[in-house]
Formats: sequence, structure tokens, C-alpha cells
Amino acid sequence: MENIEKEPLFSAKNIKLMTNPLSQENPITVQVLGICSALAVTVKMKPAIVMALSVMAVLAVSNVVISAMRKSIPGRIRIIVQLVVIATMVILVDQFLKAFAFDVSKQLSVFVGLIITNCILMGRLEAFAMGNKPWPAFLDGLGNAGGYGLILIIVSFFRELLGSGSFMGYPIMEKLGIYKTGYEDNGMMILPPMALITVGLIIWVQRSRNKSLLETK
Amino acid sequence: MENLLNIFVRSIFIDNMIFAFFLGMCSYLAVSKTVKTSVGLGVAVVFVLLITVPVNFLLEKFVLKKGALIWMSDSFATLDLSFLSFIMFIAVIASMVQLVEMVIEKFSPALYNSLGIFLPLIAVNCAILGAALFMQEREYDNIAEATVFGFGSGIGWMLAIVALAAIREKMRYSNVPAPLRGLGITFILTGLMGIAFMSFLGIKL
Repeated sequence: MENIEKEPLFSAKNIKLMTNPLSQENPITVQVLGICSALAVTVKMKPAIVMALSVMAVLAVSNVVISAMRKSIPGRIRIIVQLVVIATMVILVDQFLKAFAFDVSKQLSVFVGLIITNCILMGRLEAFAMGNKPWPAFLDGLGNAGGYGLILIIVSFFRELLGSGSFMGYPIMEKLGIYKTGYEDNGMMILPPMALITVGLIIWVQRSRNKSLLETK
Repeated sequence: MENLLNIFVRSIFIDNMIFAFFLGMCSYLAVSKTVKTSVGLGVAVVFVLLITVPVNFLLEKFVLKKGALIWMSDSFATLDLSFLSFIMFIAVIASMVQLVEMVIEKFSPALYNSLGIFLPLIAVNCAILGAALFMQEREYDNIAEATVFGFGSGIGWMLAIVALAAIREKMRYSNVPAPLRGLGITFILTGLMGIAFMSFLGIKL
């Protein structure tokens, strides 16, 4: 092992793997991965955070597993192998949530199961884990799930604040006495289509600040 | 018969996969640039849903549900395998997609060529697994209901992607703000279409 050139665990390159997906290569707003589940669980902040953590656990572990096995997976059946690894992880997370956070797991309903077909997982496994060592793959998993979670939390923050006037279940608008001034909750924000529009607006803000992401058509 | 028609209309309009549940969004956003390819993908999704939902229904009914294995032996009466449903459903879907691909290639090379890469990609389309999980959650009584539900969901998905592709083709002539071009405006468009589809919500069938 001595003659292998050692890279420090948190070298600049590895740190970049984690921070890049938070903005420059955000899975949702730039890579267009994992939209499906992202939008349905963002009515309240609590399920959104649980969802983000579940995806992080599944993505980091399955990235490591696939990356450790990458040399022994035959190319033709790699999709099935990847799906089996992901599905196993998702079953573990699902059973864990059912045991320790039953009410949240009820709110998330089928969306925990749908982590399996969440494109973030397949996308990152295909694009990164199949060609890199386990440690960078682990960081890449954390980073991408972090970027996914970040968008989830921003969207759910606005939807919960404007839609039900609360923050993490705490009725903040009522406590501040804003209702007395004639303010009313915007029921529209709770409806599913507003999640899409909120993400659209986030993309707008992000791209107007970061010109390199502009799409030319 | 009336019941089947109910499920059909419900799954197309009221419980539309895209606008009510956001399933199959990734390919929905990525492949909706032209009407032609989106019709191809839509047909493939309808096809795969039509096959996988009934197969998964049988699997659920005779293998996974609590006490479902009783037909094998009385000692299995309390066995509950439902925690295996994710892995079983995804295995069925992946193998069905493979099978469908081979059948289409054999009997209709023209359709096969026009679908191209989209056919294998359907295995990871969330709408397919989503339909299987909704089928499990809503506990349909018989295979006819499950089949109609699968077919209707597919039609609803296809309707949505073709409509979006048509709008995006027209949008080439509009002056969208630069940061919003492409992905951003597509999100907002889908949101507006979703609001339009919400008008079906009040309908009781």
C-alpha cells in the first residue's frame, strides 16, 4: 500500500465533489434529476427534511456499494444490479421510518418507495459511482443528496410559510399577529402546481445570478 | 362496467400521474422538446403500464399480501411479505420492459426504431413504479379494475407530455427572459397546466 500515491481524505478535489452539487451542479435545478418525489413532499417542512435525509442515506450508501463492486458488475445487467442495491437500501429506510417515525412515513406514503426510481440515484450511480473509488463516490452521494435536500427545504419553507402560515409546524404568522392586519394564508401554495412554479422561480433566481447556467436556444 | 369507466376517467383526469402526483417528471421534462418523440414515449409508457400493473396486481394478490400464500399451504396463512413489494415490483417492471422491448423488436421493427432509447429508460420512470404502488395502496378488487387503472394512468401521462411538447414547440417564437429559458419556463408551464387540471378535482365520480 505504501507505493500508492495517497490523496488526503478532504483534498480540494474531494471538497469540490461535495460543494459543487449544492449550486453549480444542483441535481434538481441543473441536472433535472429527481423531480418526481421532490415536488410532492414539499407541502410541509418536516416531511421534506425526512425525505432529504432518506435520500441522502440511500444515495451515499448505494454509491459506495456500487463503486466498490464496479469492476465485477457485468455491463449488460448493471441496471438491474443497481436497482437491487437501491431497492434493498430503500426497504431498510422504509422499515426504519415505519418503526421510528410512523406519522411522517404515512405522510410520505408511496414516495419513500419511489426513491428507488428517483433519477438522482440511477443518474449518480451511472455517471459517478461506476467510474470512481468508494470514498469520492460517498462524498458525491452526500453532496448530491445535499443539493437535492437544499432545494426541497427552500421550496417547503416558502410553501409552508405562505400556505399554512407556519414554520416547522409552529404557527409563526399567528404568533406574530399578522392575521390581525388582514393578511390571509394563500391556500394556493398548498396545491401541487405551486411546487412546480416555486422551483421554476428558484431556477430563475439561480440562473440570473449565475450566467454560466443560461440555456441558449 | 360503470365502475371500470369511473376508474378510467379518474385515472386520466383527476388522479393524473403528472399533475396530481408528479410521477415520471424526469423524462416528462427531458423528452418534451418535440411532439413527435413525446408521442413515441407516451405510447411506450401506456404499453408498459398496461402490462405491468395487472402483473403486479397478481403478484400482490397471490404472493405479497398478508395471507396471500394460503393457496400453497395452510401454514402460510399469517405470512406477510408486503415489505418485499418494492423489490418485487421493480424486478417485474425491469424484466417486463426487457420483454416488451424484445417483442416489439421482433414484431414491429418500425415502432421499435421510433421508440429507440426511451423503451429501456421506462424501467426507471417513476410513473410505472408509482402506478404499481398506488394499485397496492388503493386495493383494487379484481384484475379488470387494475388493468383499467394502469391503462388510464398511461393515457393521462401521454396526454400531459404531448400537451407540454406542443406548447414548448410554440414557445420557440416567444421572447422568454434569458434566465428562465429552457428548464425554468417548463417548470412554470407545467405548474400552470396543473392548475388547469385541478378544475377536475371537484368532480365526484
